Amino acid sequence: MHVPDGFLDATTSVATAVVAAGAIAASLRGSRRELDDRSAPLAGLVATFIFAAQMVNFPVAAGTSGHLLGGALAAVLVGPWTATLCLTVVLGVQALLFADGGLTALGTNITLMGVVGVWVGYAVVRLSLSVMPRRLSSVPVAAGLGGLLSVVAAALTFTGLFAVGGTVPVQVDTLLTGMVSVHTLIGLGEAVLTALVVGTVVGVRPDLVHVARSLRSPERLPTRPGVHS
Amino acid sequence: MGAEHGHTLHYHAHSLVHRLPAHLKIASALGFVLLVVATPRGATWPYAVHLLALLVAMRAARVPAAYLLKRAVVEVPFVAFALAMPFIATGPRVDVLGLSVSEPGLVAAGALLAKGTLGVLTALLLAATTEPADLLVGLARLRVPARLVEIMGFMVRYVDVVAAEWRRMSVARTSRLFDARSPRHWPVLARSLGVLFVRSYERGERVHLAMLSRGYTGSLPTLAAPAAIGPAQVLAGAALPTVAALALAGQAVLG
Repeated sequence: MHVPDGFLDATTSVATAVVAAGAIAASLRGSRRELDDRSAPLAGLVATFIFAAQMVNFPVAAGTSGHLLGGALAAVLVGPWTATLCLTVVLGVQALLFADGGLTALGTNITLMGVVGVWVGYAVVRLSLSVMPRRLSSVPVAAGLGGLLSVVAAALTFTGLFAVGGTVPVQVDTLLTGMVSVHTLIGLGEAVLTALVVGTVVGVRPDLVHVARSLRSPERLPTRPGVHS
Repeated sequence: MGAEHGHTLHYHAHSLVHRLPAHLKIASALGFVLLVVATPRGATWPYAVHLLALLVAMRAARVPAAYLLKRAVVEVPFVAFALAMPFIATGPRVDVLGLSVSEPGLVAAGALLAKGTLGVLTALLLAATTEPADLLVGLARLRVPARLVEIMGFMVRYVDVVAAEWRRMSVARTSRLFDARSPRHWPVLARSLGVLFVRSYERGERVHLAMLSRGYTGSLPTLAAPAAIGPAQVLAGAALPTVAALALAGQAVLG
């Protein structure tokens, strides 16, 4: 799923790298509010989880399988700023240690998956939660919607970038139709998987799900009458 | 999971390229690939020069070409995309093997494949000759934000732990006769992933608290001071991008 070297021209690659660098700088500041100050181990372990989640193959049919992209999933679980950092680290490790995704396309990949994927997913989740009943059971449904639209938005952004800095002369509408139809299918898988994973975590540890925090009533420890503390 | 010991791509050897400081190697690889990407698509011999330069670097690194080629399969999905290009691109059509394809699309697909392959081989060579720990030091010396490098460090350190956790869960599922064959089995896999997230998060909390109790204040101590780089190493690091730049300049002059 990662854009390799040579897909977009050098100018577009450098421009997306600048966008990615700006987003990372903002996320480094923003994530301090989501996680405790200086909790790099936590962000590191969440990044490792996203990396592992992308490796898990989900069988589709006739021997084919797909995997999670995880942008919306990360945003729902740990908040968008930390999610951008985690996806950046995952993409960086994949490019530098696994040659997955081009070195010059790293900025493009971070922009597509770590910025567009994460923030569109997060915005969709927030918006859909605001119109859904204020219950924990709404969270997985909203997360699924976020997963679907984050993938489609990333595909649309890629098409836009390709129209500007693509290295092949293609009709933009042909490419657009192809990219959107394929990625709607991929997005449907992403939606189901994101909803299922978030559903599990909401069921076991709702306190760990970033977007569910505002939905939880503060826990009250019951005290029996006559017992003095 | 692909990772057994940190990462499988590292190829243990003693060579000039292995000994080069990581930040030089990263900068060199990035510069080289950027120049490859900037090579115009109609050109032919500059790509040959790029490939030759890369092959010389591989030889100097004493990494067998077969080792790298086997791992270049990550590129395969994009080969499919490139092969579709001649059919969907615009422009004058030509007949190839009885099929009508777009001529500019064909040229662009060739360039796409050449650039993609050179990029993958460069990244593989970098990964094969650099230990993950050195890579982190190199990124820090290239002024990548310290917190980002630190997060990446934790990821590199714990990726095997989380992978082993997943393997244990997978063994537990298999020993209960679970076999994922169709989307009907997604809920089970997704629940396992949810549990993996909770365990990873809790491990992160424990590691953080353990570090705080050992006096962690926000930055990890580095063990060794970075070694001084000699002019020979700078020259070796600059060789790859220089050759690529010369090829590019030659192409611009000679056409």
